[in-house]
Amino acid sequence: MATYSTNEFKGGLKIMLDGDPYAIVDNEFVKPGKGQAFNRVKVRNLKTGRVIERTFKSGDTAEGADVVDVELQYLYNDGEYWHFMDQQSYEQLTADAAAVGEAAKWLKEEAICQVTLWNGIPLSVAAPTFVIMAIVETDPGVRGDTSGGGGKPATLETGAVVRVPLFVQNGEVIKVDTRTGEYVSRAKE
Amino acid sequence: MSQTPPQVVQPDWRPAADWATLRLRAEWLTQVRAFFAARGVLEVETPALSAAALPDPHLHSFSVRYCGPGRPAGQTLYLHTSPEFAMKRLLAAGSGCIYQLARVFRDGEAGRRHNPEFSLLEWYRVGFDHHALMAEVAELVTMLLKGRLSLAIPEHWTYRDLFQHHLDLDPHQATVAQLHACAQRHGISIPPQMPADAVDPWLDLLLTHCIEPTLGQGRLTFLYDYPASQAALARLRPTLPPVGARFELYLHGVELANGFHELCDAVEQRRRFMAENMARQRLGRSVLPIDEHLLAALAAGLPECAGVALGFDRLLMLATGKTTIQEVMAFPIDRA
Repeated sequence: MATYSTNEFKGGLKIMLDGDPYAIVDNEFVKPGKGQAFNRVKVRNLKTGRVIERTFKSGDTAEGADVVDVELQYLYNDGEYWHFMDQQSYEQLTADAAAVGEAAKWLKEEAICQVTLWNGIPLSVAAPTFVIMAIVETDPGVRGDTSGGGGKPATLETGAVVRVPLFVQNGEVIKVDTRTGEYVSRAKE
Repeated sequence: MSQTPPQVVQPDWRPAADWATLRLRAEWLTQVRAFFAARGVLEVETPALSAAALPDPHLHSFSVRYCGPGRPAGQTLYLHTSPEFAMKRLLAAGSGCIYQLARVFRDGEAGRRHNPEFSLLEWYRVGFDHHALMAEVAELVTMLLKGRLSLAIPEHWTYRDLFQHHLDLDPHQATVAQLHACAQRHGISIPPQMPADAVDPWLDLLLTHCIEPTLGQGRLTFLYDYPASQAALARLRPTLPPVGARFELYLHGVELANGFHELCDAVEQRRRFMAENMARQRLGRSVLPIDEHLLAALAAGLPECAGVALGFDRLLMLATGKTTIQEVMAFPIDRA
């Protein structure tokens, strides 16, 4: 993998620190009038999501991280691993719970997901921004109430629980924003 | 058959600064000239190109190639990082007090507060020491900021007192091990490849990370009496240990000006240049030609004087409430 000098640092660049892959969030050049210049760099750990600060002497280098984002189709969960497929090469990849994380509850078979690979292995999985899912369980709503005020919990086919308006019924199909976990609208299957 | 024209990405040709800022810049130039005219300080111009360069290991001069009459084989020239050496030659030649609004050039420096080309206001006062000059700097800056930033009276800290106050250590006595431990205590991530045998980079690390952001909050903060090793062009004050008669000005955590009670000793200046060139060699940087014109001028006799260089763009940035230096320049490096 290439090495990068501080002059190449910019937001989004992936580098290795202490054996973990990081993405640069922010890079600030500081210099005390005369004297040694430094780069104060904010980096996000791509495994944990934690943001930390690191300082480099200007001109020093860091090793690049082999991290790429790819679009993969979600196939199935075998109880332990989530299986994905590259639709061009038909190559299959498995992701563990740490990589899938919160996205697990939004993964429906055949969904296209953005998967971040580190050295070819899934590091994190992002669910599609909007998903269409059927409600498998919710209390009967009040007939005629279309205001949407109040709302009630509804369990979706993947097990995710979202708040839906009272008029939405068991068996209906809805659209959900996975970034917020909020109900957007009813949907046609 | 219609042909699609090739897709050309239009570069942003417009200025990065807004017009209010560019007008203020022009207004300040007038004010600065009036300020010095009223004090009998002469405006001068000196070349941006020089056959010699400042050997400071942490300053990087751009080099260019001159080919033409008188130089059939070509000659390497350096863009000045400040107009200091040429101005000192004018002082030695009897100019009296002088100032210059100069465009200067520093390779390798770009960021929110750095552009590789920027404007320095540099001036020299014959008969002043660094304390008298700090007072004049405060007057000029206060005049320019009038009606924009209201400031409390300036504060003055010696380098030693400031480190003792913020970090509880004596910068003139501390060892690398102590400075390392101090940086760790303050949660600084230690850069890889920090030297084990030189304290200055460690002092710079602590100053930039722990102290600078706190300086100049609502008032001008002058920092003075630097370690001798960080004042290559300043005279030394015979304290124990000797300190360099150098000062820096900070406002809102931003370094604005650097000044010296100037060294007038040609022999000592040559010794320091040679030491700096040796330091450059150790860091794997090129050895630079020493400015023999300056050394000859010092030998002929530089009047007792103090000089300062003020970052004009940074002051403008603070006055207009901008967060980056690029916002006060018509065309910063990305649009140059």
